[in-house]
Amino acid sequence: MRAIDIKLWRELWGMRMQALAIALVIVSGVSIFIMSLSTLDSLYESREVYYRNHHFAHVFASLKRAPLSLAKHIEEIPGVDKVETRVVALVNIDVMGFPDPVTGHLLSLPDNSRGLLNQVYLHNGRLIEPGQDNEILLSKEFANAHGLKPGDKLRATINGRSKKLTIVGITLSPEFIYQIAPGALFPDYKRYGVLWMARKPLATAYDMDGAFNDVTLTLSKGTNPEDIIDRLDDMLKSYGGKGAYARKDQFSNRFLSEELKQQETIATIFPVIFFGVAAFLLNVVISRLISLEREQIAGLKAFGYSDLAVGLHYIKLVLMIVGLGLIGGLFLGIWLGKGLSNIYMVFYSLPFMLYTLKPQVILAAAFISMGVSVIGTLYAVRGAIKLPPAQAMRPEPPAVYRATLLERLGLQSRFSQPTRMILRHVERRPFKTMLTTLGIAMACGIMMTGSFQESAIDYMVEVQYSMSQREDLIANFTEPTSDRSLYSLQGIQGIEHAEGFRSVPARLRFEHRFYRTSVEGIEPNGDLLRLLDTELRPIQLPDNGVILTDYLAEILHIQPGDRLTIEVLEGNRPTLEVQVVGTTKQYLGVTAYLQRRALNQLLKEGNAISGAYLRVDKRYEDTVYAKLKEMPRVAGVIIHDTAIQAFYDTLAETILFYTFITTLLGATISFGVVYNSMRIALSERNRELASLRVLGFTRGEVAYILLGELALLTLIAIPIGLTIGYGLCAYMAFEFDTDLYRIPLVLGQNAYAFAATVVIVSALVSGYMIWRNLAHLDMVAVLKSKE
Amino acid sequence: MSQSDNKNVVFHAEGLTKTYQMGEVQVHALRGIDLDLYQGELVVMLGPSGSGKSTLLNILGGLDSATSGNVTYMDHNLVMASEKELTEYRRYHVGFVFQFYNLIPSLTALENIAVVTEISRNPMKPEDALALVGLSERLHHFPAQLSGGEQQRVAIARAIAKNPDVLLCDEPTGALDSKTGIVVLEALQRVNEEMGTTTAVITHNAGIAMMADRVIHLADGKITEVHSNESRLRPKELTW
Ligand SMILES: Nc1ncnc2c1ncn2[C@@H]1O[C@H](COP(=O)(O)OP(=O)(O)OP(=O)(O)O)[C@@H](O)[C@H]1O
Ligand SMILES: [Mg+2]
Repeated sequence: MRAIDIKLWRELWGMRMQALAIALVIVSGVSIFIMSLSTLDSLYESREVYYRNHHFAHVFASLKRAPLSLAKHIEEIPGVDKVETRVVALVNIDVMGFPDPVTGHLLSLPDNSRGLLNQVYLHNGRLIEPGQDNEILLSKEFANAHGLKPGDKLRATINGRSKKLTIVGITLSPEFIYQIAPGALFPDYKRYGVLWMARKPLATAYDMDGAFNDVTLTLSKGTNPEDIIDRLDDMLKSYGGKGAYARKDQFSNRFLSEELKQQETIATIFPVIFFGVAAFLLNVVISRLISLEREQIAGLKAFGYSDLAVGLHYIKLVLMIVGLGLIGGLFLGIWLGKGLSNIYMVFYSLPFMLYTLKPQVILAAAFISMGVSVIGTLYAVRGAIKLPPAQAMRPEPPAVYRATLLERLGLQSRFSQPTRMILRHVERRPFKTMLTTLGIAMACGIMMTGSFQESAIDYMVEVQYSMSQREDLIANFTEPTSDRSLYSLQGIQGIEHAEGFRSVPARLRFEHRFYRTSVEGIEPNGDLLRLLDTELRPIQLPDNGVILTDYLAEILHIQPGDRLTIEVLEGNRPTLEVQVVGTTKQYLGVTAYLQRRALNQLLKEGNAISGAYLRVDKRYEDTVYAKLKEMPRVAGVIIHDTAIQAFYDTLAETILFYTFITTLLGATISFGVVYNSMRIALSERNRELASLRVLGFTRGEVAYILLGELALLTLIAIPIGLTIGYGLCAYMAFEFDTDLYRIPLVLGQNAYAFAATVVIVSALVSGYMIWRNLAHLDMVAVLKSKE
Repeated sequence: MSQSDNKNVVFHAEGLTKTYQMGEVQVHALRGIDLDLYQGELVVMLGPSGSGKSTLLNILGGLDSATSGNVTYMDHNLVMASEKELTEYRRYHVGFVFQFYNLIPSLTALENIAVVTEISRNPMKPEDALALVGLSERLHHFPAQLSGGEQQRVAIARAIAKNPDVLLCDEPTGALDSKTGIVVLEALQRVNEEMGTTTAVITHNAGIAMMADRVIHLADGKITEVHSNESRLRPKELTW
């Protein structure tokens, strides 16, 4: 080995503790990077394979009723590969010992089969045997939520008739990776489940013998789903088609895609911060190493080593540390990635998980970590090689200090000598001071992102569920019904108030942009559903004209005054033109609102409603549930409080995890940055401080010079950090925006206070450690040594 | 007989000045040096502390640049040279012994020499160089395990190991007792005589001047006197 490389190894060994500390930061960065991205790739890959192997459909459509012979015609549409017709119904389910209303999504399945398309995956148990009218397969989530297993029984109200069903198998389905009740926004596994039963009994119950009310298709390669959807819509029009939609609009798939996109944001933010910190620490440590080695560097240059060779020598040292971190991070990342993938496999109920680690991910990790650390040390290395050797060979001249700006402004008499030392030191190394401040500020900012999510979600819930949606229950009808049914609802003991609404699926269009959602007809002066403006004041819904969720207006680039085209996807499928009269602030979902009567008129129907918002006296809750279950028209019920609960449950786990990580990360970073800079400052100013002790300064007075600087930097860093934190939160809020929900940029006082507190505490801890180090200041040795 | 008459000029300096800017004050380290050094000669530079000896040597060795004036080494113009040319010049032509040794603490004596020989064109074996200064027993010691004098000898072995064309030594015997001082000077003289290496030695010790071909006196950044010795003494014959 070349002597200069031997030097490298020996020095690495000599600074092994510091090297290890830096390597660990890189291990964290690399492993989180690898973990997040490989998990993401694994999820994408597994979903893809799952969809392919289980023949997940490309186009979906439901309708009122069509004869089976129509399937043949559908199959003949060019581009269509396979067609499967089904009978699908929403039913009320009765689980023993669970009083709340439960909605079941019941699908027909050919006897003893997993289906042609959207094939179920049998988790345990068996398939439905031919001729068995009361056997069902049950979705795993629902079964788990209630502790149900094959052999158990439950009751379902199928078209008004209560029927006892036996569970024979527990299944997963590519169609229901995310299981969300119609009208709800988040999964609630206790109150919504998917069931499969034989086609014959189901068809008989709904008068669908020789007919179907749901059809799914796969397409041959290269076919544009939009073309097929248009053809299919035409064909189904006379059979009460409700509008076909493509896989990308399929609820479960869409939800999953949105979530994976958010994971991507998180997967990039964290490693970037870790790498930044590693670069900072490397800069601090390498700068110090180089200033200790300036004479050796001069020597090497004097012997004829070129600037490049000397520079590379130190870069190599950095790369060795980074390489160590990279390898460690790679293995840890793979291990964590496999673990996390398996957690997601369960969370998303995928039947299997194909762990996928793309070479690009490893390359990117290597490239980013090496690049970032080299950049982090380049500055220090450049300074060392720039020095002419003759100059570098002499001991470093006393540092050049000058009176600080504050002193020059005439405030000199206000400061004691030690305070002047602090100020001059800070001002003499502006770059370093800035980096340290920035490091602490970053830590502070990161921590805010943790508490931000919590306060943002509280705020969303407050706006959505207590200011806008104020009902206790939503009852959804199986089909549009006369608003006279409101009277029978109000007649139920415990229901204090009922407001009907009309909801139709529609495609909204403006210019060339369109969006598929539902149009809601609501009461203009409703008390249970109120639209809010940006200041969160209730909006008076005008007689004519439509009000859009603000986010929807953004998607369509439409403004009040423009005319919105509504292609209704139900009944006669009329196309309507309505003027946009305003927007409403909503954090969940995207919808278009009209007065119910106006919508009824546009649809040329009577006073029809699709469901009702209900206010319920808490004391009669259970009897109201029981009564609603008995009403054949009521397809399902959404309970206000459980909807909030479901919302929190869905987000709680990720948010807790996130808050935990950010707090840990922030504290580590602020401690790492503060401690390291102070430790280095101590070693640089050893002589100076020891001299002061020799001159009779106490340990406290000497500590003040170092720790006073620390306190000053921390105090400067906190407001900067809070600003950075605000910016990070704004970035995340923006990146997380989806049509499912928008995260408002809400930062409570506690978010600021928490971040500042953690920074101060970690500064105190490192201050204490420096204080202990100061006890070992060796006055005699320090004064004897050459430097 | 003066050797300078029949030898080629290796270094040629004209009107050399060096000024250091120290805040408000200027330090004039060199104030106009005119000097020729000849092929194969051994020159000793004498002068009080701060007179500019190290500064002159550093400029000759391509370690520092002059503020004004001209220096050439053979056909290399050291004033106009680029950083890359200076590096090559140092790498292939110059052997240095520094006033403060400048050994690399993380490398052993042998490795400290290898660090130089590995980048030169036809070096000695590091072991041989150490043998020349009487350190065969100390090959694997780290600088911290060597005495000041031993460190200085390693520095000298390192300078001569690459068989340089010129050898520039800044107080090579400063930390040595007379016995080891003589060992070191013998090594320098051997290299000078056997390889014809042009050698410049800075010292505070006027006695050493007797082994030189020429003695150059500096004071206050100027050459005050140059004289040639009729005959060179062997290091053993020097009065220390
Ligand atoms: N980098 C520098 N910055 C400022 N002044 C310098 C620098 N290097 C040398 N000097 C000054 O230049 C003058 C000449 O210094 P030089 O090192 O050449 O002296 P010297 O003759 O080698 O002295 P000594 O015998 O003590 O080694 C001195 O006054 C010194 O203080
Ligand atoms: Mg000197």
